[in-house]
Amino acid sequence: MIAILKYNAGNIKSVENALLRLGYDCVVTDDKTTLLEADKVIFPGVGEAKSAMRYLKNKGLDQVILNLKQPVLGICLGLQLMCSESEEGNTRCLGIFKNKVLRFEETDLVPHMGWNNINRFKGELFEGIESDADTYFVHSYYAELSEDTAAICEYIVPFSASLEKKNFYATQFHPEKSAGIGQKILKNFLEL
Amino acid sequence: MLKKRIIPCLDIQNGRTVKGINFIGIKDAGDPIELAKKYVCQGADELVFLDITATIEKRATLHALVSEISKEIDLPFTVGGGINSIEDAAKVIAAGADKIAINSSAIKRPELITEIAARFGSQCVVLAIDTKYVDGEWQVFINGGRTPTKLKTIDWAKTAVGLGAGEILLTSMNNDGTKKGFALDIVNTVSEAINIPVIASGGAGSMEDFKVLFNTTKATAGLAASIFHYGEIPIPELKSYLKTNQIPVRCK
Repeated sequence: MIAILKYNAGNIKSVENALLRLGYDCVVTDDKTTLLEADKVIFPGVGEAKSAMRYLKNKGLDQVILNLKQPVLGICLGLQLMCSESEEGNTRCLGIFKNKVLRFEETDLVPHMGWNNINRFKGELFEGIESDADTYFVHSYYAELSEDTAAICEYIVPFSASLEKKNFYATQFHPEKSAGIGQKILKNFLEL
Repeated sequence: MLKKRIIPCLDIQNGRTVKGINFIGIKDAGDPIELAKKYVCQGADELVFLDITATIEKRATLHALVSEISKEIDLPFTVGGGINSIEDAAKVIAAGADKIAINSSAIKRPELITEIAARFGSQCVVLAIDTKYVDGEWQVFINGGRTPTKLKTIDWAKTAVGLGAGEILLTSMNNDGTKKGFALDIVNTVSEAINIPVIASGGAGSMEDFKVLFNTTKATAGLAASIFHYGEIPIPELKSYLKTNQIPVRCK
């Protein structure tokens, strides 16, 4: 069973639908036991870092996420909350990845919205994906590059399009909205 | 590099895709789900669905359709038409829409922009502006283009950005349905003046129109309906034409 973490951030429906299209059953839940026992956990999210972190802490979900041993995939805000801290509301995040999350300097349009190419892949998530594949992004904050960076995208600055460390995987782009390429990346995660 | 987006727009009336010319003379253009799937295959970058009847009684039909689209489509999509309150927006988002387009309702109550942005983020709020060149300036029209507001388009666009809009969908009523090209002057004026993406709409009749749009304005997306619905310009051909002309586009 795939568990999708339920919290106060949107975009859960489209992740659920993407899994259904791939033929996977899933449950949207904030129940600790269900999360701990799931085969895989997806941590999606469109929203604001500070209120999302506060919600996770209040529900004790921050500790649950840190204790997950199965493959976990953070998407968009999910990725950012897995980093050490975010400039959005000066929020202390989960600290799975040591990266800081910064706001784009407004030398170009912010948010970074639309299709952009990703490359310099590392790890299983990107198996079979061609370099410079386009994926769909919508975000105003980005994770810096680090040793955990698993894919790079460039907009205003080069940033982490994906991060990977042990059982934790994350994408800044939305695989569930990235047509065929996104479907392949999700499939790679689900088949880990 | 961030790609320029090609966005087919599906006007929805009673669950069918329809298309009018200069905002009148509606004709049937097919089943929205089938069309949407076709556009995904062709490499469209996003989809926009505008419910043009959108009476209160028909809301349930729209929610069911949005939910169906979300099940079938793995592209970002925007839904608009008759969204008058944060509750209306929340229902459409819960059904699976990525973004909400608001138009007349934002003129009547500009705080709606801020309310949706505060709850779902600015990236969720597409402000649709129908604009017409009258008395020597571009003005905002509402209620499907029937009612003048006397507001200057550029002023309203700037106000909306301040209120939290994440994107502007700018439709020129003078150009819509004419196939004579986008309204480059107002697209240029608006896209130079604000720091959020502008989607240009109205008037696309040839592949060259898109090239000119992207080469001469800061618009990040071009939207069209009938030329895509009736297959006059296949999206894959348009994309490869733009690519040949050094315009960054996503090719499948």
